[in-house]
Amino acid sequence: MTNESIDAEAAVRQICAAYADRQGPLLPILHAIQKSAGHVSDAAIEVIADELNLSRAEVFGVVTFYHDFHRKPHATHVLKVCRAEACQAVGGREVWSAASTVEARGDVGVEAVYCLGNCACAPSVQLDGRTLGRMDAARVTALLVSGGTGVPT
Amino acid sequence: MKYYVSKDSAAVSVGAAETAAALDRVAPDATLVRTGSRGLYWLEPLVEVEQDGHRIGFGPLASSEVESVVTAIQAGTSSAHPRYVGDIDELLRSQGQRRLTFARCGVIDPTDWDDFVAHGGSAGLRMALEQDGQTIVDAVKTSGLRGRGGAGFPTGIKWQTVHDTPSTPKYVVCNADEGDSGTYADRMMMEGDPLTLLEGMTIAAVAVGATRGYIYLRSEYPDAERTLKRAIEVAHEVGMLGDDILGSGRAFDVELRMGAGAYICGEETSLLESLEGKRGVVRFKPPLPAVQGFLGQPTMINNVITLCSVPAIMAQGAEHYASFGINKSRGTLTVQLCGNVARPGLYEMPFGVTLDHVINSLGGGARSGRPVRAVQVGGPLGAYLPQAYLDTPLGYEEMAEKKSMIGHGGVVVFDDTVDMAQQARFAMEFCDLESCGKCTPCRVGSVRAQEVIDRIVADDDRAGNLDLLRELCDTMINGSLCAHGGMAPFPVLSALNHFSEDFGTREPAEVQ
Repeated sequence: MTNESIDAEAAVRQICAAYADRQGPLLPILHAIQKSAGHVSDAAIEVIADELNLSRAEVFGVVTFYHDFHRKPHATHVLKVCRAEACQAVGGREVWSAASTVEARGDVGVEAVYCLGNCACAPSVQLDGRTLGRMDAARVTALLVSGGTGVPT
Repeated sequence: MKYYVSKDSAAVSVGAAETAAALDRVAPDATLVRTGSRGLYWLEPLVEVEQDGHRIGFGPLASSEVESVVTAIQAGTSSAHPRYVGDIDELLRSQGQRRLTFARCGVIDPTDWDDFVAHGGSAGLRMALEQDGQTIVDAVKTSGLRGRGGAGFPTGIKWQTVHDTPSTPKYVVCNADEGDSGTYADRMMMEGDPLTLLEGMTIAAVAVGATRGYIYLRSEYPDAERTLKRAIEVAHEVGMLGDDILGSGRAFDVELRMGAGAYICGEETSLLESLEGKRGVVRFKPPLPAVQGFLGQPTMINNVITLCSVPAIMAQGAEHYASFGINKSRGTLTVQLCGNVARPGLYEMPFGVTLDHVINSLGGGARSGRPVRAVQVGGPLGAYLPQAYLDTPLGYEEMAEKKSMIGHGGVVVFDDTVDMAQQARFAMEFCDLESCGKCTPCRVGSVRAQEVIDRIVADDDRAGNLDLLRELCDTMINGSLCAHGGMAPFPVLSALNHFSEDFGTREPAEVQ
């Protein structure tokens, strides 16, 4: 075992220990691991199962059930684009098709999301947790081309 | 001079932070309070200034326009400014709004305890702490309050069940997994007046004898997460949560839990599974969560707005709350108007206003200026209503008669460019994508329905496939375990019934 993987295992055990007194601690643990490591690896799943006295299959089942958890390393920035009805009514489909077709977008992952609760200022996207409203195809394209750094006005 | 600018995430999404920063630059000596949103979203970014006890609004105000407003105020020529809106409270009154639940939202600094108390906060809890559990439950029954999350179940009856179940410990769980498209009242409340939610949860705990509470919040709401975390800290500092609630000797604590992007976790039993750290798969009922919920214990699970309605019911009296509304729909409904509409926003209205009034009089019709063609009420599982149905009063039974529902109060407006076959297909795509997979009608039916709709649109045995689609919808409605599969056919059937022309049924005649 490499030093790196020992460190990773220790980090997962430390996170599990931090949530030991919670009722039903698995989701908070997975969120914490993903926040620190960027994803939930198969190795981490094995350690969590050991710590919580669950089977690997149970932990795997939970990780794969929820859209938020990634099993592989993910882009540095995440742009969530709303594809739900309230955005559809004001051009959300165009925003999605523009966002999902931009190729030169640096290290920004584009994900579909179904409602950001920003319906009154639709169409909406969310870049790394920051919601942006009244979007259109041109603005979302500019946002992606800038690699998620330039928030268009 | 005292200014108010919202830090609500929707307001910030359209530039409220930049507007606030400009205000700081232009008027450095003025006091700037960052509030939640008033819900007047077409006016965001909205700047309010306090004058003679009134709050005068200017919006929508880009950062570049801030200086001209400050100049106009100083010169006493506010009302001549092109962005002048006037007295905001007067505007809300003129719309017929009754802010019972959202009274403080957009008015106060969301996590300032003194501001909260000065505007009536905690009064409901103080009343409740002097009463026994049954008296509180009776008050909730008298108020006529029904679950605002969508199901519309009488809240008092749910509370009674938890109250009467002897097993301990008991839990209060707040369902803050507001996943329905077109709804944002929960988010607005959690960002704008989170202490009211904690107050409502504490009253519920006192009523049913619960000692621990959870807020299950969807992960799409990072701003609400930050605000709630701070509100929980504040509630501890002032003693509204903890071992001795406001000196009463009772204990109650609340923990915030984040969801992980699963729509189905808004269904109460899958939410409980998720809270326990499992896949968000729905449970069979019975047993009801009120009897065996979180970790098998009696659990009172209510939506954010339901819980936030309780403090006002306690403070102002159940009869006062029940004096608003029609028939079996008492109190106020928080209409969340959005989609293709000129004045989208949150309108807290007594039950009974018509959709037409909300969409056309208050909302100003379609934003595009084109005719309104379809309105989806109550989220992605709600029916699409045509123009002819817009005279329906907003009430639980009144909407059910039209095979529609109020749901969580979301109203999404579409103009005449909408393709209803595409909307129907989307309803099934969404059902497929977010199905927990436990029951076959939902898991498989939603996939088959998309294929059938594709065949209908492609004119592949259209008549036969239309019959098949109706039959499939019938199976899903009657055979699904929960509302996800059981109601996903409603938007599809309503599209078929009211907008059949979009499925090509009249096309051959028109083509000739």
